Amino acid sequence: MGKARKAGAKKKTKVVKNVGKKKRRASKQNRLKVAKTTKKAVEKTPKKELPRHSTAEDMALGQREISVAEFFMKNRHLLGFDNPRKALLTTIKEGVDNSLDACEEAGVLPDVKIIIAPAKEENRFLVTIEDNGPGILRKQIPKIFAKLLYGSKFHRLKMSRGQQGIGISAAGMYGQLTTGKPIAITSKISRDHPAHHYKLEIDAKKNEPRIIVDETVKWAVQRGTKVEIELEAKFQKGRQSVEEYLEQTAIANPHVSLRFVTPDGEAKVYKRASRQLPKQTREIKPHPYGVELGILIKMLHDTKARTLQSFLHSDFSRVSTRVAKMICEKAKVSERSRPPRIARQEADHLLNAIKHTRIMNPPTDCLAPIGDELILAGLKKQIKADFFTAVTRPPAVYRGNPFQIEAGLAYGGSLKADGLARLLRYANRVPLLYQQSACAITHSVLNTDWRNYALQQSAGALPTGPLVIMVHMASVWVPFTSESKEAVAHYPEIIKDIRLALQECGRKLAKFIRRRRKAAESERKKAFIQKYIPHIAIALREMLELSDRQEKTMVRQLTDMLERSRS
Amino acid sequence: MSKIAHRIKQTATSVRSKIQSRSKPTLSFPLRSLSNVKYRPKRGFLELKGKKKTRTLTVATVKTFAQTLRMMSQAKVLIEDDEIMTKREAYYVSKNWDDARFDEQPESDTVIDDIEALFEVNREQLGFIPEEKGGEVAGKLVVIDRDSDTGKKLRIDCTKFGSGAYSIPISVEHLKFETKAKFLLAIETAGMFQRLVKHGYWRKANCILVSMGGVPTRACRRFIRRLTDELNLPVYAFVDCDPYGMFNIYRTLKVGSGNAAHINRYFCAPNANFLGVTPQDIIDYKLPTHPLKEVDIKRARDALKNDPFVQHYRLWQDAIQQLLDMGVRAEQQAFAVHDLNYVIEHYLPEKLAAPMKFLP
Repeated sequence: MGKARKAGAKKKTKVVKNVGKKKRRASKQNRLKVAKTTKKAVEKTPKKELPRHSTAEDMALGQREISVAEFFMKNRHLLGFDNPRKALLTTIKEGVDNSLDACEEAGVLPDVKIIIAPAKEENRFLVTIEDNGPGILRKQIPKIFAKLLYGSKFHRLKMSRGQQGIGISAAGMYGQLTTGKPIAITSKISRDHPAHHYKLEIDAKKNEPRIIVDETVKWAVQRGTKVEIELEAKFQKGRQSVEEYLEQTAIANPHVSLRFVTPDGEAKVYKRASRQLPKQTREIKPHPYGVELGILIKMLHDTKARTLQSFLHSDFSRVSTRVAKMICEKAKVSERSRPPRIARQEADHLLNAIKHTRIMNPPTDCLAPIGDELILAGLKKQIKADFFTAVTRPPAVYRGNPFQIEAGLAYGGSLKADGLARLLRYANRVPLLYQQSACAITHSVLNTDWRNYALQQSAGALPTGPLVIMVHMASVWVPFTSESKEAVAHYPEIIKDIRLALQECGRKLAKFIRRRRKAAESERKKAFIQKYIPHIAIALREMLELSDRQEKTMVRQLTDMLERSRS
Repeated sequence: MSKIAHRIKQTATSVRSKIQSRSKPTLSFPLRSLSNVKYRPKRGFLELKGKKKTRTLTVATVKTFAQTLRMMSQAKVLIEDDEIMTKREAYYVSKNWDDARFDEQPESDTVIDDIEALFEVNREQLGFIPEEKGGEVAGKLVVIDRDSDTGKKLRIDCTKFGSGAYSIPISVEHLKFETKAKFLLAIETAGMFQRLVKHGYWRKANCILVSMGGVPTRACRRFIRRLTDELNLPVYAFVDCDPYGMFNIYRTLKVGSGNAAHINRYFCAPNANFLGVTPQDIIDYKLPTHPLKEVDIKRARDALKNDPFVQHYRLWQDAIQQLLDMGVRAEQQAFAVHDLNYVIEHYLPEKLAAPMKFLP
C-alpha cells in the first residue's frame, strides 16, 4: 500500500513539472484528490488484517497486579537512575545516607569508606560502601537490601536522611538489571558475633529477595556493614559528581569522616572537623493540621484507642483531652463514640473542626539542625574563603510538619570572583545535586535581593561574586518533588523561612564587604598621599632653598596630617 | 620682575609655616568665571568681584596641590634666570616630575592659569609665553623696536609691507609707536584684512588695519591697548554679525574675558566701538544670511542672562534681541554679494560717516 502511494505521488510531481507554473493551482486540487483516494484505501484494508476489538473478558485476561519492583524497574528515572553517570552518584548517595543514619542512631561517629573500582567489563564499576555502624541483624538483611519499600523510616515522623525504604534496594536492582550481578552485603553487629555475608537478587515480579549466597565469614572489624554493588556507570569529575556529593556531605556533616578511592586509585580523605554527634531526635506523632481525610479515616480504623477523645489525644501531637473534647463538640460527634465506627461524613466534620480549633504547634525536639557553629566548621573545612557566617532559624511548621531552616555563606578568599555564586542545597543533611531550578531553596535564593547586601545580581539570577550559599532544611518530612529526592517542594512557609535565613546572613555579609571596601579605599588613599606629598616638599625646598633635612621633616609632618584627617 | 619672585617666595613661606604649625595649608585663587566679574564703565573693563576659591590640602586635592607648587617653583626659576617657556614646554618639563607629571597639556595649562590668577599677573610676567600668533598689522603706523643683537633702535614702517603685514610680537611692552592715522580698524577675518590691504584701504581712509584672526590674543589686545593709550586712537571693530563675533571677539577686545579677569586691566581696549556688522546692517544692506545655529542661540541667551557687559548696555540687549528675532547670522564677507569691493566703496565709508551710531 505504502509503495503504491509513493508511486502515485511521484507521478503527480512529474505532472506538475510538465504542466508548469501556470497550472499549479489546478494541480494542487488534483493532489488533494489523490490524497483523498489513498486515505480511503487505507481505511478499507485494515479491517481485514487487524484483530477485532476486545471484549471486557479479553481485557480481564491481561489485567494483573503490578509489583512495585516492576514499576520502578521500568521507571528507574523516578529514583535517580536516568543515566550511567547519575546512577553511580545515586547508588553511592543511597549507601552513604543509610550508613550515616545508622551510625547516628547508634551514637557512633561515622567512618565511611567509599571505593569505586573498575570492573572487568567496560563501563562497569564495583562500588563498595563500608561503615562502622551498628550492623544489621542477619534475618533483616535480605528484606532491607532486596525488597523495595521496606524499611524503618517510612512509618515514623522522625528526622532522618532516608524516608521511603527504596533507595539501596533500587541501587541493587539497577546493578542486577545492568550487569546481572547480585548485591553483596557483609554485616557484623559486635565483636562476639560472626560476620554474615549475603549475595541477593530481587525478584521483580514479587518484590521479594532471592538469596544467592548466605554464609558466615571472618571480618576483622568490630562491627559495621559493607555493601558491594556492580553496576553499569560512568565516572566523572566536576559538577554533579560523586566527589561534589562527598564534599558537600562533608560540609553539612562535620562529624563524619569520609574516605574515597576513585577508579584511578586516587585516595581522598574528608576529615572529621567535630566530634559532636547530631542531637538525638525524638519521633513525633502527626500534628492534626497536617492530616488529610483519607489518612484520618485510616488512622481511625487502625487505632487502639477506644473512644474518639482518647484517639485524638493519643494518636496526635499537641492534642490535650480538653482540645480533643473541643474538636468533638465542634464536629458534633460524641467524644465517646468508637473510632472505627466513625463514618466518612463524620470524619469530614472532624477534619473541619480541627481546622477551626487553635492547636499548639508541633514539638520541635524531633529536629536536629546542624547548628550555626558546625555549619561554620563544615564550610571552613572544605572552602577557602575570607568570611563565613551561618544562621539557624527557629523551628517553623508547614502542613503540620515541623521544619527548621539553616543558611550559611562563605565569601572571598580563593573563590572565583567573577561568575555566579555557588548554591549548596541540603535536606536533612543530604546534599541535593540535581534539579536545582525546580527547588524551593533556589527559588528563595533568587528572590532575595542580594544587591541590598553589597553584591551584584542580575534579574532572576544567582548573585555574582566569590560566594558560596548553603541552605539546609531539616524536617521530619521533607516535601520532595519526586521519589529521587532532588528538589524541595514550594511550600510558602518554607520559602519564607529560607528567605529570612538568607537575609540574616546577607546582613552580616554586607557589613563585612562594606568594611573591607572601606579599608581598601583608605589603603588606596594612603598610597595616593605617599605618592604626591614628596612633591609638595620638593617644590617648597626649591622655592625656599631648604635643606634635605628640612624637606624630610616636612614630608613627615604632611603625611601625619593627611593620614590623621583621612577618616 | 623680582617683585613677583618675592611674592612667590612669600606664598611658599606661608604654606610652609602652615605645615609647621600642623594645620592644613591653603592656596586661594580668584574664581575664574563670568559670575565673578562686574563691569564698571568708568574703568572700562570686566574686573573681579573678589569671590575666591580656596584649595585646602586634603587627600582629594593633594595631586593638584603638589603640581601647583611645583609649577610655581618653575615660574620662580624662569623669572630669576630671565628665561621663557611656552605652555607646551612647561608640559614637557613636568615629565621630569615622576608621579606629579601631567598626562595632557590642558591639565598643565589649567595649573598655569591658576598660578597666574593667584598672583594676579599675566603669565608672560611669570615667564610662561603663549604659542599663539599675535595678529597682523598694516597701515599708517611706525613701530619702534630694538635689534635683539645690537640693541639699536629699529623703525618698522607698517606701510612698507606691500601685500604682506607686520606681525605683532608676543611681548609688546617695550614697543613705541608713531602714527598719523585717524583710527584703528580691528578685523575678524584674515580674508577681509587681505582685501583691505590689497586695495590700500588704509591709505584711502588714513587708518591702521589689524587682523585679529578670531578672538584676539592677549598680545593683540595689549598691542591695541598700548596704541590707543599712547596715541589716543579710536578703535573700531569689524566682525561677523553673530553672537561669537559680538561677544567672544568684540567683548573680549573691549573689556576682557571672564576667565582671565585678573589681567583684564592690561588686556583690553575700553575705547573700542562696534562698527559692524550689526543686525540692522543685515536689513539695510540686504545681506545673505544663514540661520542661527543652536550654539549661537545658546550663546546669545547666555550673554543676555550672565554677561555683565551686555547687562550694562541697553543697546546691546536690543541688538541681541533683534538678532534672535531674525533668527539669522551674516558674515562680514557677505557684502561680496553686491560687488567684491562694495565693502570698501560703500559699506565702510557710509558707516564711518556716522561713528556715533556705532554700538558701544
